[in-house]
Order: sequence, then C-alpha cells, then structure tokens
Amino acid sequence: MIPASFEYRRPSTVDEAVQALVGGDAKVLAGGQSLLPLLRLRLAFPDLLVDVGRVESMRGVRDDGEHLVIGAVTTHHGVVTDPLIAQHCPLLAQATSTVADPAVRHRGTFGGALSHADPAGDLPAVALALDAEFEIAGPTGRRTVAASEFFVDYLQTAVGAGEVLVSVRVPKLGAGWASHYEKFHRVAQAWAIVGVAAIVRRDGDSIAEARIGLTNMGSTPLRASATESALAGAALHDGGVTAATDRASEGTDPPSDLGGAADYRRHLVKVLTRRAVLAAAGS
Amino acid sequence: MTTIEMTVDGVRYQDEVEPRLLLVHYLRDRLGLGGTPIGCDTSNCGACTVQVDGVSAKSCTMLTVQADGSEIITIQGLAKDGRLHAVQQAFHDEHALQCGYCTPGMIMAAVDLLRENPDPSDQEIRDGLEGNLCRCTGYQNIVRAVHSAATTEARS
Ligand SMILES: Cc1cc2nc3c(=O)[nH]c(=O)nc-3n(C[C@H](O)[C@H](O)[C@H](O)COP(=O)(O)OP(=O)(O)OC[C@H]3O[C@@H](n4cnc5c(N)ncnc54)[C@H](O)[C@@H]3O)c2cc1C
Ligand code: FES
Ligand code: FES
Repeated sequence: MIPASFEYRRPSTVDEAVQALVGGDAKVLAGGQSLLPLLRLRLAFPDLLVDVGRVESMRGVRDDGEHLVIGAVTTHHGVVTDPLIAQHCPLLAQATSTVADPAVRHRGTFGGALSHADPAGDLPAVALALDAEFEIAGPTGRRTVAASEFFVDYLQTAVGAGEVLVSVRVPKLGAGWASHYEKFHRVAQAWAIVGVAAIVRRDGDSIAEARIGLTNMGSTPLRASATESALAGAALHDGGVTAATDRASEGTDPPSDLGGAADYRRHLVKVLTRRAVLAAAGS
Repeated sequence: MTTIEMTVDGVRYQDEVEPRLLLVHYLRDRLGLGGTPIGCDTSNCGACTVQVDGVSAKSCTMLTVQADGSEIITIQGLAKDGRLHAVQQAFHDEHALQCGYCTPGMIMAAVDLLRENPDPSDQEIRDGLEGNLCRCTGYQNIVRAVHSAATTEARS
C-alpha cells in the first residue's frame, strides 16, 4: 500500500533534527525498516518525518576508555562488521547478525531497533544485559538514561516526542567475561520466539557473576534477576547452572501468540538460558 | 514535492517526487523499470531487492527521497554489452526459477552475497538469501546456481 502523505526533512546535525521535530505530529526516520512497513500498512500516519539517516555525528563506533559509544544511526551491518565491537563487545555483533536478513541489516540501525523497542526485537535485551546508557537529545538539552529506565512498555521507551536518541554507551567486556546470544525461531529471517543474552564471568569451574537479558518474555526486555543471583558461585558441572537457569521464568509475563503459548515460552526460556550460559562459559 | 537526483543503471535522473513515494514505485512507475517486482506488503519477500550505493536493499522499504544522491543498480542494469551477469547466466543454466517472480530479487541478493563472500558454503548461501522468498523452486537449484556463479566468477 502507499503511505499517507507527510512532509520530509533531512537535517545534518542533532540540533537541526531536534528543531525540526518541534510541533505537529512528527516522527524520527532512521533506517525505515520498522517505520516504513507501518506507514505502508497505514498503522502510522505522521505529518512529518525527520530523517536522521545523514546526521554524521550519529554514525559509527568510538572508543571511550572503559566504554564504546555507538552512534544511533550505525546500521546493523556496521555493528556486525565493526572491529571495536568485535574486540570489546562481541555479544552485540553476534546478536545483531541474527536480526532480519542482509538487505534489512544494510539499512536498519542500532538506535532504530532500540527506539522501536519491539519486545521480540533482539537488541533491547542485549542492551539491558550490558547495562547500556542511552544519550537522548531534546529541546531542553541532552540527558542520559540507564537501560533499566529506557524500556518503558510495549513499543515505548524513555525517548519522548520531540527527542532523538543520539548514541548508546556500552561497557567493554573486560578480561574474564564472555557472552552468548541464544535465539529460538522456527524459520529463516523470523523474529525470536524467545531469545536470551548471557554475559558471564567464569572463575575456574564455576560462574562468578552473570547478567542475563530476555527477549520476548514480557512487554519490555527483562533481566532474569533470580537466575543471575543463583548463578553467582554456581558450579558449571554438578547441576548448579541448571538449578539457577530453571528460575529464568520468574517474574516474566510472556505473550501467547502464533509463535507459542505463554507457558511454552516459560519452559523455553529455561532451556535457552541454560544453553546461553553454558555457551558463554565455553562448556 | 522534494527534488531528488540519482543514478539508476548508469543513467542520471533529476525529479520532483512526493516524500511518500517508495523507491520501488519510482523505479517501476516513473522510470518504467518494471524488472523490479513487488511481492509483499511486509518487507519480507525480497522480490524488490536492488543495489543502493553498492549494497543490497529492499526498494519497497525505502523512500525515494532517502535514495537522493545515491547510485542504484536494478536487475536491468546487471547485463553488460548484451552479456548476462554470471549470476543471471547461472540461474538460467541451473533452472533456478519457475514462475520467475522472485528471481530479480534473488539474483540481486546473490550478487550482494558473492561480493562479500566469493566462495560461500551451502549454509552461507542459504543465510545470504535469507531475506528472499521463493514460492516455487524449493531453493535447491537456487543454491546450486549461486555455487555455479561463484565458480564462473572465480575463473574469470
Ligand atoms: C523483514 C524484517 C525482519 C526483521 N527481523 C528482525 C529480527 O529478527 N530481530 C530484530 O530485532 N529486528 C528485526 N527487524 C527490525 C529491524 O531490526 C529494524 O531495523 C529496526 O527495528 C528499526 O531500525 P530502523 O533504523 O530501520 O528504524 P526506523 O524504522 O526508521 O524507526 C523505527 C522507530 O524508531 C524511531 N526511531 C528510529 N531512530 C530513532 C532515533 N535515533 N531517535 C528516536 N527515535 C528513533 C522511529 O521514529 C520509529 O518509531 C526486522 C525488520 C524487517 C523488515
Ligand atoms: S516487495 Fe516484498 S520485500 Fe519488498
Ligand atoms: S520462481 Fe516462482 S517465486 Fe521463485
């Protein structure tokens, strides 16, 4: 279908983008890989699209000491092929390589996927597990929001009307940390029925510390807090990990849809969390 | 209306377009390049795949104004001097199509795959063509055609 009419602006700086968003029913356009399908199905009909795709200061990955700063309009393809991400945050590259297909990854952006905040999207749970920080620009200046405050509800984030997500800071995973993203889906190019992002620090034959993010287990991405606590000190081989990952469904509220019923997802999340933790721990 | 400029299959165009005009509609309806079909309304099928500045993109999921200043190559720009591109020839030789509706997108995605990975395995071909659906062939001959094109390109 043909989208309803709208006006179009293409700013080249963040300030221009924020100015362009003032008033009316304006929406930010990044890669368009979620927004254009919505416009075509006429599920959205903004008056104005502000295309941030060519705001150069919002593109690319930079080293900031203990962190990497990833510009919001860095494409999925850019994330998958970036050498800094490969070195310091391979979880992000691995999870992003499971998003959609090559053509969509050429245009879809990291910031777009996070702002869209689809509970079935792979990157929100990864950002949550990484304790990422979000830099948001608006009419009153810039602010930083923690991942735990960023994802508000189904398709809703802390980015307000008139604001732009500029960049995302993720901590470098130091020595001793390892990670894995385990995604379950039935056909190629499909969204996750459930996904699990695991980051673990191993200490000999046990887990010292773990952070677990869950995809599609509620209206926002979730942390598997009960599993995280139980994993601290859990032995890798005598059932300690399984006892901990069996608690992965605690505090979740998964949907029932064509991909699976809620109780199926509650079962699946335990299996996938165990797989993700063991794969991250390299055993 | 917004003024745009782009190169499509080697020809330079300047036009006034409505911001809501999808790139695939611009190619088909304004430039008459009907070789790029539309197969879905959900960005899933990949039939509309073209090359934008050297990499694959779904032209149904792009506004024409987003392609302003870009270089586009469609299925109709692949053949050179009356000779089919190696991937086109391989699809023909290996019977990698039946109704042909998915073929332009399949070929554009395969060209993109071979650019990044000139000698892909079966699994890499299937992953590379993940965004393209074929309702007819069962994919076996498509995978075979991509292997065959990889071999031809390696020899030339
Ligand atoms: C066929 C297909 C399969 C897919 N499969 C998956 C999958 O398996 N896993 C997955 O995670 N995703 C999947 N996606 C979605 C994909 O990740 C999109 O690229 C992403 O969700 C949106 O990024 P975008 O840059 O295209 O954003 P857009 O579509 O441009 O925007 C999406 C939303 O975010 C807002 N927005 C974008 N950027 C900003 C910003 N910088 N500041 C403020 N607001 C902003 C827009 O206003 C809009 O509401 C798929 C998409 C398609 C078409
Ligand atoms: S027409 Fe189906 S993806 Fe473009
Ligand atoms: S040949 Fe008919 S859809 Fe692929």
